Order: sequence, then C-alpha cells, then structure tokens
Amino acid sequence: MRNIFLFIRRYFNFLLFLLLQVLSIFLIVQYSNYHQAMFGNSANRITGKVNEQYNKIEYYFQLKRTNDSLLKANEMLYNKLASNFNLPDSGSKQVIDTIKIDSIVQYRKFNYLSAKVVANSITTQSNFVVLQSTNAAQMRVGMGIVDPNNSVVGAITEINGEFVVVMSLLHKDSRISGKLLKTGETGTVLWDGKYPNLVTLSGIPKSTKVAKGDSVITSGFSTIFPKGLLIGRIDEVFLEKSTNNFKIVVRTAANFHNLEYAYAINNSQQPVIDQLIKNAEKISK
Amino acid sequence: MSSLVKNIIRFMLFILIQVFVLDRIHLHQMVTPYLYFLFILWLPFKLQRSWLMIFAFLLGFTLDSFRHQPGFHAAACVLIAYLRPFLINLLIPQEGFETNYEEPSISSMGGILPYTIYIGVFAFMHNAWLFLLEAWQFGNIWYFLVKTVLSTLISLLLIIITDMIFVRKQKFRTNTI
Repeated sequence: MRNIFLFIRRYFNFLLFLLLQVLSIFLIVQYSNYHQAMFGNSANRITGKVNEQYNKIEYYFQLKRTNDSLLKANEMLYNKLASNFNLPDSGSKQVIDTIKIDSIVQYRKFNYLSAKVVANSITTQSNFVVLQSTNAAQMRVGMGIVDPNNSVVGAITEINGEFVVVMSLLHKDSRISGKLLKTGETGTVLWDGKYPNLVTLSGIPKSTKVAKGDSVITSGFSTIFPKGLLIGRIDEVFLEKSTNNFKIVVRTAANFHNLEYAYAINNSQQPVIDQLIKNAEKISK
Repeated sequence: MSSLVKNIIRFMLFILIQVFVLDRIHLHQMVTPYLYFLFILWLPFKLQRSWLMIFAFLLGFTLDSFRHQPGFHAAACVLIAYLRPFLINLLIPQEGFETNYEEPSISSMGGILPYTIYIGVFAFMHNAWLFLLEAWQFGNIWYFLVKTVLSTLISLLLIIITDMIFVRKQKFRTNTI
C-alpha cells in the first residue's frame, strides 16, 4: 500500500498528464458520437452570452447587407401574393370547402420560426452556427435551418435555453439529401472541408446531363427540409474514376460569410414519421 | 499588478482574440492561425507543473466551448504544458534563472534564438497533436504534415509580432531579495 502511494507521489505529474489527456479524448469521442457534450450545456450558456454581446457590436457593421437580404426576401414574398395572379380560367367558379378553411391549421405541414445568428464559424472543419431565438422552445433537435432567402444552412444539433446550436452545411459530418432540379437525380450533399461556400454533391450517375449553373435543391426525402429549397448552384463537374458517379462541386446559395438571420423549419409531421421509422427498424431487427 | 491578476486578464484577452479575431480569418484551408496557447508559454517559471497542466486544460476547454467541439484544444494544451519544464531546462542550462526572472521572454531566456526555439517547438507540438486528433476522422498524412508546418509558421509569425508590440519588461531580481 505504501508503495502505491509512493508511486503516485513520484509520478504524480505524469499521471495527471495522462488523466487530462484521457479526459480530453473522452470528450472528443463522446461529442462526436452523440453531439451532446457532458459539460456542453452549461458551457453553451456562457459562450452564448459572450457571443451575443459580440454580435451586438458586429451587427451594426452588417446592417446594410442585412437590409439588402431582407429586401430580397420581401420581394420574393410579395411576388407570391395571391393578388398578383390572374386566374387563367374565369369560367369555372372556385368553390372552397368551408370546413377546410376552418381547419386549415391541420393542413399546414411546415412553419418557419425566426432566429438571429449570434455566432458563426467557417474556418474549421467542423463549423457550427449559434442562433438565439425567442422561439427556441418550439424547436427540436434535427430541424432544418434556412437563411432569409430560403436556402439551406444546416440542421439543429443542440438546444439550450434560448440558444440553438446548428451544424452548418460546412461540417464534415453534415449529410443532406440533394437533388438536381432539371433532371431529378438525387444524391448526398457533403463538405470536404476545403473551401467555405463550396460543397460536394455525390451519388449522381454518369449518365445524367449536368451543366455548370444548374440548381441543386433539397429532395424532400428527409423530414428535415421541405422539397425544393435551394442548396446551391453547380460550380464544377468532375468524373470520379473509382465509381460510376460524378463528383459535383456546388456553390452554396446561402452565403456563410455573412449570415445574420435564419429560420428554423418546423415540420409538424417529423415526430410521427421518425417514430414510424423507428418502429419499422425495430421490426426488421 | 500581481501575477495572478495579470494572468487572468491575459487568459481572457487571448481567448477573446482567438475566438473573435483569428478564428474569423480564413486564409487558406491549410493554414489555421493559432495564438492563444502563448498564454501557457508565458506563465511564470516557478509555477508547479501540475498547476500548469490544469490551467492549460482550462484554457483549451474554454476555446473548445466556443467552438462546440470539446476536447481537441484541451488535449493539445495539456501536452505542451506537460513538456514545457523539460524544454526550459534544456534551453537554459545555467543555475538560478527561475529566481532571477519571472516568466519566459526574449530577455529572460538570453536572446532571440532560444526564445524562438522554445516558441517554435511548442507551436509545432500543439498544432501536430491538434491536427492528429482531428485527422483520425479526416484527411491523410501529407495533408496533416503540410497543414501542421504551415500553421506553425503562421503561429510563429503571430507570436513574434505579439512580442514586438507588447514588450514585457522583465525585472532582473538578484538572489539577495
């Protein structure tokens, strides 16, 4: 027993070093598995507050750009107003079922929850966006995030109080199902960790016709995003030699350099669908 | 100003500069500018090694919290804190330097060369261990090596600039105090 104490006292520094290293590596492994750190929650609240203070200052320098993007978003919404359209067939009378009007809430599948970006990184290989929102209570882990012009930003990984941590498209573990608007082929959008604002679309077969500038949209196969949100436009197309697929470089529609506002998309069917998938997996096991 | 207060202010300044200035600079995918670990290299000579490691862990963990990926920087900081006394003993062989000077700097280490070696070795170790931990999930060996070397050069440049801007006056204290 005495020898053990002597040993510990003699190699105390080395043992402490090993302990701290093991603790760090444990944190790394733990976090990449569950996206939920042991101390992550309390730390988030503190770092969230610091980021918020910093953002208040930085926000003033971005006002012009923010205004421009909100103006664009407004323009798009105005163009969708029903009063802008003439019904092509005036001979037929439109009949609206009153029951449906009353219960229209039931038919709403997606609704948008606004949030402000308080921190955003693009320089590391695992980039996160931190949002602050009064709607945070209605958000869930796994909900999709878009910028004011309705282009994809990422998905929620953690929520704490009014702060929401979002894994952005520019994260090495980010996988989003994408689709070519023209031809309809679907593939996976991922980031190779090299340049911000350039992501890769893989899994598109060689037989597809692709051209520079084609739009890549969300496929709607997952419950995260509705179908048809813009992910980006094709920048370059390479042939992957090992497979029969193209490697398509896509320039993201969302500009990650100057995110100021974002919306979380609430898919009201998400919990039900996820539960069904879980049940199906259980049965197949 | 007492050494404790000075180091607490330094801790906050280094973290804020790293998070809000350097992390926002995107030079190239191969180059990540790191400066914050200079806090560990500037800690006083007479600080015990176990405290050195605990402070290093706190520093790394704080930066990790801002980046939402705990563990990476904490591991790298603990490594350099553990190895710091070894290299200081190698670089400054003469007796009694710890009592004469308070903390490592160009003047206390006897010239720019030992100081640059000191900074360079630890910048390299920090970056190598950090990128190695990241590379387990990502990338290959050449990518890792080039990234480490380039990032170390940038760190070295930043540290030398910092040392030129903020000249730390080192009082020479004799043993008779």
